[in-house]
Amino acid sequence: MSKHKKIETNDIKDWYLGRFSAFENHLNGSRDIPFHAVRKNALSTFSALGFPGRRDEEWKYTNIAPLLKHQFGLAGEVGNVTEETLRPYLFEGLENNRAVLLNGRYSEALSNYRTAARGVIVCSMKTALKQHAALVEPHLGRYARLEDEAFVALNTAFVNDGVFVYVPDDTVVEEPLHLLFLSDATAHSFFTSPRILLVAGKNSRMKIVETHNGLGDHAYFTNVVTEAVNGAGAKVDYVKLQDERPNAYHISHLQAHQERDSNFSFLNFDIGGRLVRNNLNLALKAENCEGHLIGFYIGGGRQHIDNHTAIDHAMPNCFSNELYKGILGGKASGVFNGKIFVRQDAQKTNAYQNNKALLLSDDATINSKPQLEIFADDVKCSHGATVGQLDDEALFYLQARGIPKAKAQAMLQYAFASDVFNYIPLESVREKIDQLVHERFDNI
Amino acid sequence: MISIKDLQVAVEGNLILKGVNLEVKPGEVHAIMGPNGSGKSTLANVLAGREEYEVTGGAVSFEGKDLLEMGPEDRAREGLFLAFQYPVEIPGVSNVNFMKTAVNEIREYRGLEKLDAMEFLSLVKEKMRLVEMDEKFLSRSVNEGFSGGEKKRNEIFQLAVLEPKLAIMDETDSGLDIDALRIVANGVNKLRSKERSFVVITHYQRLLNYIVPDFVHVLVNGKIVESGGKELALQLEEHGYDWIKNEQAAATL
Ligand SMILES: Nc1ncnc2c1ncn2[C@@H]1O[C@H](COP(=O)(O)OP(=O)(O)O)[C@@H](O)[C@H]1O
Ligand SMILES: [Mg+2]
Repeated sequence: MSKHKKIETNDIKDWYLGRFSAFENHLNGSRDIPFHAVRKNALSTFSALGFPGRRDEEWKYTNIAPLLKHQFGLAGEVGNVTEETLRPYLFEGLENNRAVLLNGRYSEALSNYRTAARGVIVCSMKTALKQHAALVEPHLGRYARLEDEAFVALNTAFVNDGVFVYVPDDTVVEEPLHLLFLSDATAHSFFTSPRILLVAGKNSRMKIVETHNGLGDHAYFTNVVTEAVNGAGAKVDYVKLQDERPNAYHISHLQAHQERDSNFSFLNFDIGGRLVRNNLNLALKAENCEGHLIGFYIGGGRQHIDNHTAIDHAMPNCFSNELYKGILGGKASGVFNGKIFVRQDAQKTNAYQNNKALLLSDDATINSKPQLEIFADDVKCSHGATVGQLDDEALFYLQARGIPKAKAQAMLQYAFASDVFNYIPLESVREKIDQLVHERFDNI
Repeated sequence: MISIKDLQVAVEGNLILKGVNLEVKPGEVHAIMGPNGSGKSTLANVLAGREEYEVTGGAVSFEGKDLLEMGPEDRAREGLFLAFQYPVEIPGVSNVNFMKTAVNEIREYRGLEKLDAMEFLSLVKEKMRLVEMDEKFLSRSVNEGFSGGEKKRNEIFQLAVLEPKLAIMDETDSGLDIDALRIVANGVNKLRSKERSFVVITHYQRLLNYIVPDFVHVLVNGKIVESGGKELALQLEEHGYDWIKNEQAAATL
């Protein structure tokens, strides 16, 4: 039995390895750049690791067998996506601040980000690898470790495109950047390996909103890796909204590196997708950093949403705050794993973690596991985890005032989640996510 | 307005109401008094549509419609209001959002235009003055961290905003000091009208000095054992519930 499984998993691994030569053929010029050696190295790491199985501690509660049943090919060109197509995914006030990725590829035609700040670069990864190699290479692939994660290795092997964001030292960017990912699966299935590299210079300020949406009903697989480098004193607000199609697999990996006095905040909203896994890692590498990991997820049907978070306190006097809330109905399942490491040097660490799940049906499940590993003695760490149902008394109270049951339930669900939404630093983004989540409440 | 006939109600298999009869006409104020555990809240909750209470017999008609067939939200939209003995705290739902949703649901049900933000706010401010509630309570979560008295005032505020045909007040006086009691009673008295009826449930006669009832009923052990005018409340005050219980016992001998 297990032998049989193993062969299947190897088959699909071979399938992905087999896509590499076709991928190389499409690279043309960008095959000769030094980064190509990184790709090849990642491919052999991926080959050695293989896909994780349920015996792998980090994947115990997330069964990727449904993903491995598909033989996803490389994404082709996308036809016919216009301004009009993008309209539903735009945020008020950010319509002209976008970098658009269609099936993982940067669209020069549809991207329109401009900033008044000098020296800021927002461009495709492809361009960046050729034109800004000196800015890219010191960072790309230096933070997200291949050896730890097969999906990072797979992404790195197939990186050709994505987004490079560079903010010079002492630069305050007033215009938030909207990274708009759209996967068009109307005609066929595919996988994408977009890569995001954000380099925020010393004392810089940047706000980014990353969204993932899809079109069509074919299955597709987004495997995105983000490296966020926060220079000393940088303040970065990052919001990610994953609203993929019901047939989508979405695996993401964030690796944030923080220098002294930096403040990095990552807000993560999962409202779509069939099987979702986010690996969110903050490394507080110097003194006096602040890191925030805030998240909300809502799932129904047979959705599976897994958030694996890790905050690494390496140095003294840092603060981290983690808040995750989820609502699961139908037969949906969720996983929350929250690792906090406080290294021996990291005295005076303050670390807070809180995760709460609301289960709306008997068949919905959540596996949550806080994991604190503390090696310093003068620290303040706290964590809390709760799983609950909607409060019947509150529901009755609302109904007794004339509010229909479905609406009353939605109000209570929203009330459960509302503090997470308050973290969203941009009003139009908050309103839009609010509205999308309300629509999900109505048909969970 | 409401006609309750031989209502029998069980909770977790125990019969709590053992055949309650009550007829309330438009504009009337009925007081229901009775010792703790006699079934007063059970009656109030079953009329409001609480599912845990199982109706095992009898009938209730409200404005000619079968009340027991309706879900709690429809009872409210038809004009029934329960001021809860223990109002629930709902963190994360603001009072103002709660009331706005409720008002507009009820208006929609009655075929009225929804109120816009301005209209709603002026309505709400007017009604807050009625119960001398500070406007800061609007933005706070429903009942969260409210004192006992503030919760009760919030109930009467909701009553004022929703303008029901029949208001059932379940021990609204309990936990109120004399000033708060006067404020609540004044609010209720201003809401009295020829069309609107009240069922005032209370353990003590005190409240009835302020809200003077047309009828008083005494509920003991799941049955109304005595009905009369407002003077019945005074007798109860003087002699206690034992008097009526003894009378009951004597009658059954
Ligand atoms: N939810 C419930 N579960 C079990 N027993 C209940 C419940 N509600 C009421 N009862 C019982 O029903 C009886 C009447 O209670 P209640 O209606 O609250 O009385 P009152 O309001 O007159 O004090 C009591 O014996 C009480 O214990
Ligand atoms: Mg009671």
